[in-house]
Amino acid sequence: AWYILSHINLIEKQRETKGPPNGQVDLEVEKKEIKTETSNDGSGNNNANSSSPGSTSLGATSKSPTGPAEDQQTLLAVLQFLKRNKLNESVDILRREAGLSVEIDDSPGSASGGAGSGGASNSTVDGGDTNSLLSRVSIAIPAAPAVTAAPVPPKVTASGGEDQPDVNVVLSAYSQQGDPDLYPLYYNGLKKFIESVLDCHRAELSQVFYPLFVHMYLELVYNNHEVEAKQFFEKFSGDQECYYAEDLRILSGMTKKEHMKGNETMLDFRTSKFVLRISRDSYQLLKRHLQERQNNQIWNIIQEHLYIDIFDGMPRSKSQIDAMSGSLAGEAKRDANKTKVFYGLLKEPEIEVPLDDEDEEAENEEGKPKKKKPKKDSMGSKSKKQDPNAPQQTRIPLPELKDSDKLDKIMNMKEAAKKIRLGSDNLPSICFYTFLNAYQGLTAVDITDDSSLIAGGFADSTVRVWSVTPKKLRRVKSAADLSNIDKESDDVLERIMDEKTASESKILYGHSGPVYGISFSPDRNYLLSSSEDGTVRLWSLQTFTCLVGYKGHNYPVWDTQFSPYGYYFVSGGHDRVARLWATDHYQPLRMFAGHLADVTCTRFHPNSNYVATGSADRTIRLWDVLNGNCVRILTGHKGPIHSLAFSPNGKFMASGATDGRVLLWDIGHGLMIGELKGHTDTIYALRFSRDGEILASGSMDNTVKLWDTLKAFDDVELDDFTAATGHIHLPENSQELLLGSYTTKSTPVIHLHFTRRNLLLAAGAYNP
Amino acid sequence: MAEERRPKQCTVVLPTESMKAMAESIGVGQLQEESCAALSEEVSYRIKEIAQDALKFMHHGKRRKLMTSDIDHALKIKNVEPLYGFQSQEFIPFRFASGGGRELHFYEEKEVDLSDIINTPLPRVPLDVSLKAHWLSIEGVQPAIPENPPPAPKEQQKAESTEPLKAVKPGQEEEGSIQKGQGATSAEAKGQCKKEGLIRMKPRSTHELSVEQQLYYKEITEACVGSCEAKRAEALQSIATDPGLYQMLPRFSTFISEGVRVNVVQNNLALLIYLMRMVKALMDNPTLYLEKYLHELIPAVVTCIVSKQLCLRPDVDNHWALRDFAARLMAQSCKTFSTTTNNIQSRITKTFTKSWLDEKTQWTTRYGCIAGLSELGPDVIKTLIIPRLTIEGARIKAVIEGPVVSNIDKIGADHVQSLLLPRSTLTVSQSGIGGSVGSRTPSIIKVPSSLTLMSTRPGTPTQPSPPATKYIVMATSAGASSTQQVP
Repeated sequence: AWYILSHINLIEKQRETKGPPNGQVDLEVEKKEIKTETSNDGSGNNNANSSSPGSTSLGATSKSPTGPAEDQQTLLAVLQFLKRNKLNESVDILRREAGLSVEIDDSPGSASGGAGSGGASNSTVDGGDTNSLLSRVSIAIPAAPAVTAAPVPPKVTASGGEDQPDVNVVLSAYSQQGDPDLYPLYYNGLKKFIESVLDCHRAELSQVFYPLFVHMYLELVYNNHEVEAKQFFEKFSGDQECYYAEDLRILSGMTKKEHMKGNETMLDFRTSKFVLRISRDSYQLLKRHLQERQNNQIWNIIQEHLYIDIFDGMPRSKSQIDAMSGSLAGEAKRDANKTKVFYGLLKEPEIEVPLDDEDEEAENEEGKPKKKKPKKDSMGSKSKKQDPNAPQQTRIPLPELKDSDKLDKIMNMKEAAKKIRLGSDNLPSICFYTFLNAYQGLTAVDITDDSSLIAGGFADSTVRVWSVTPKKLRRVKSAADLSNIDKESDDVLERIMDEKTASESKILYGHSGPVYGISFSPDRNYLLSSSEDGTVRLWSLQTFTCLVGYKGHNYPVWDTQFSPYGYYFVSGGHDRVARLWATDHYQPLRMFAGHLADVTCTRFHPNSNYVATGSADRTIRLWDVLNGNCVRILTGHKGPIHSLAFSPNGKFMASGATDGRVLLWDIGHGLMIGELKGHTDTIYALRFSRDGEILASGSMDNTVKLWDTLKAFDDVELDDFTAATGHIHLPENSQELLLGSYTTKSTPVIHLHFTRRNLLLAAGAYNP
Repeated sequence: MAEERRPKQCTVVLPTESMKAMAESIGVGQLQEESCAALSEEVSYRIKEIAQDALKFMHHGKRRKLMTSDIDHALKIKNVEPLYGFQSQEFIPFRFASGGGRELHFYEEKEVDLSDIINTPLPRVPLDVSLKAHWLSIEGVQPAIPENPPPAPKEQQKAESTEPLKAVKPGQEEEGSIQKGQGATSAEAKGQCKKEGLIRMKPRSTHELSVEQQLYYKEITEACVGSCEAKRAEALQSIATDPGLYQMLPRFSTFISEGVRVNVVQNNLALLIYLMRMVKALMDNPTLYLEKYLHELIPAVVTCIVSKQLCLRPDVDNHWALRDFAARLMAQSCKTFSTTTNNIQSRITKTFTKSWLDEKTQWTTRYGCIAGLSELGPDVIKTLIIPRLTIEGARIKAVIEGPVVSNIDKIGADHVQSLLLPRSTLTVSQSGIGGSVGSRTPSIIKVPSSLTLMSTRPGTPTQPSPPATKYIVMATSAGASSTQQVP
């Protein structure tokens, strides 16, 4: 039997050197690796590499399952392998030697059953299940829990009962005592190993460094090895990827056990497992190395604090990994983005048609399809048929259209008919609204969809509304005056307005802290503002008074936005929770919890069924309004995300962060499809043109840049493999997509808006 | 692994002395050393924590500067009472006093007389926030209006002119992208892109001037060559300081080169001087990078240095001053723009030397060559002029002492002599002392007393005034007075 095993080993080596020709054989090879390894262990073969004098707990666990079941399972696997490789002679020899009957071999069901029981305690991923090996995708999902099943629920007793029990629970996981002097040795050992592996695995395995480093450091700190912790940090912090610098800075400040309590970053690290995506080959390499070296310290950390999402296929390249990593808790698990997202647009409400017949004959003659909604219209929605990717019309209840809304839609369509077709050869004109004398106090801007009103939120707690059309802002008359009006008259809407209050701008007082988010309702009757004081306020633009103060976030509310259909709105803030509200409810309807740091920006999907939130944990999440589930987690940004924008067709999303990069996402697949580099500072504003052909980005670096998204989306090659694995190949040169860059005179751009005719409006405060 | 970029570590801890000082300022004396150490670590950590939170507020406040209000808000979310009325002008507000063997830290709080505050006149109410709209871009082109920044910063102009392949100005590459967009399939388009990447031509840039710019250009050029000296000064000032002239540069450049060409033929000295002053003004403008236009400007300038005849009456008009002025312009542009690729300095040097060495060269040209060379720095003087001093001296002597062939020649020889004279004496005296040539020799035309009207600051060319007859008289007389000192 040993002859055959070594023979198989030989084959395996050949395969390895040649590189995996296809996934199938690849899998077999790597399965084989495990088999030989465990059988070595079981027979007590002396391993040339097992020289480290560390503890033997790992050895014990791997020895325990050895027994007849294991042996049989091994043999079965070997037989399978031989058969597949048409080595029938060897099969026969082996069978004779082992005394196995043919029927056992041919009943994979029983074999896999035995394998499952044998491999469970060893937490090996393979389990010898030949069935699951055949289906490439399905293996990863059952395999993953097997890896992470090991960690024991943390014990509450570890450090005495204090007023923050959850923190102690969390921290107690670090209370294992290891020799602090060995930590650098362990880490160095792993580093050497990873540097010595084949190039194709190195990049993948290098991902392990950062979470390992963090957890080892935290363990040292938790166990009061302050000096060792500091040395460890100094020795290895330089090895970490530069985009983790921000977190490392926070870590380096944390030198005492007491600091760990109440530190958010630390909590995040412990409570959420750092997710790594590693190919099966690389993972097996790592695992084997750690087991050979009996490096149980690192192995424990990997088991308890990391979630390794194993996939089958080629290891990813360095650039692929770099594109996706950078978030606080690693990449998104692949199955986190598997849920179907109905990204299509809603059908135009049918009530629109009779309205056209009655009121607007001309509109009907044009024979144009109805635009879905005033917010973001798309020329793409030409057909009246239901988009297969669109949610059901009644998936979430939407407000009835009022007469005024219908009028507005008609206006919108008229304007849209005059819309300029933009493109790389036809760039939009940009009109810049500069806020003068704002003394650095401008914190938020919004522009109504019809571009008639501009609102600004200021650091002095005020909200100001300007009219940018000749039509001045007027207040509704007082109740006493209103009673004198003839309600039957045709121009009653005109009569209720108080002409004496007409002015170009109005100030809204009510907040007690800087106003960080601001949003007009689609019908222009309301204005939302969110502030540092923890409230979201709803203002009436008829009376210019505050109607409701929504309390729920007890901490600063960073952003708020109305649904494109009105009625609903979303807010997100420092409490890491995004909330969905309805204007007539005092309590939030949904709480979207899951971000590991502040929710910095919130955006509604054009079909109002989803909400996207960007966070300081450097991830974007997409939430289903219907059930509050998180349906997408998008990682790749290297800094807090400050702006989000959906393409008008609802298919794509753009996001901008403090790192000055704009990333483009395909919502349906949950994939990053582009990276636009060019800005040098935080991007505070992103907006697609009305047809989605151009993306405008505005930044703290005083520039507005225009990007050719048509080209960016065209260039994306989404084959099935990419869609299934999430491995992206980004187009290398984003400069090709840059259509224009316009510098302002020391005015950071904090809002962008395309008018219905595709004129770009930008806004910012002059900052001398 | 980003080994070269080590993240900044914040292992800074407040010194324990600060703890002591702060303790004393609130009345706690005799703090134990251990407590100080423990406190300082704890305080440092907490301060860092607060600073991190304050940064969030800064980011959301859309600012680059951290403000005290951010710290207040950060304290607030930590449930700490914010600092009210924090407005210390100083970095550390503590004062130190010692006496009686004790060291003491305290806040310095001055008594304020309320009536003073009440009686002072109110400061002006700050202006209210207002909204102003302007065009940042019109169909992809940024208009040159005061609300927009100057079109192209000097670095960009420089990058464009020195590395034309790299710098593709957004907005000017439309033609290229159209071409690319026409590729039928994406693969085809890609191939095209790649090919284009290899042989990428510098995109043809159009310099369309707005109506305002056209008016400006007309006004400026007219004032520069007009008769009103005040207007001219204003126009030159505008050229030398306005930031938005980048787009008009090709026009100015052509204007100058054409102007020189025409006026040299017509021997219009005044206009040539005006044009040279324009060149100087352009060179003085800190926002302009002239590299791209040197092929027009340098010939014009060189013409003004070495042309045989620059004025109608070469015997009386002071075209020498123009040559000097242009020579200095030439030297300045050599200094600014000469690179290893364009070799301006060596090419210019060669040109001057060649025509100087030519026996048949007119005296005027000879003067220009020497003037031009002598402006190029002590090295040029040392290697090119000094060795030829004797030959040149003999030639001058021949003209001056020999039979009078032509008055013009004589005057020319005079000038060459006066040009060479201080140079030679200077270098001789210097070499006599230590052999080393001074870093920057004073301007050559210093000797004629009449011409010292113009400042002779080294390095910056002075502006010759429009020709005035008095100069000529004095210049010739000055030249004549120093006839005998040929070395």
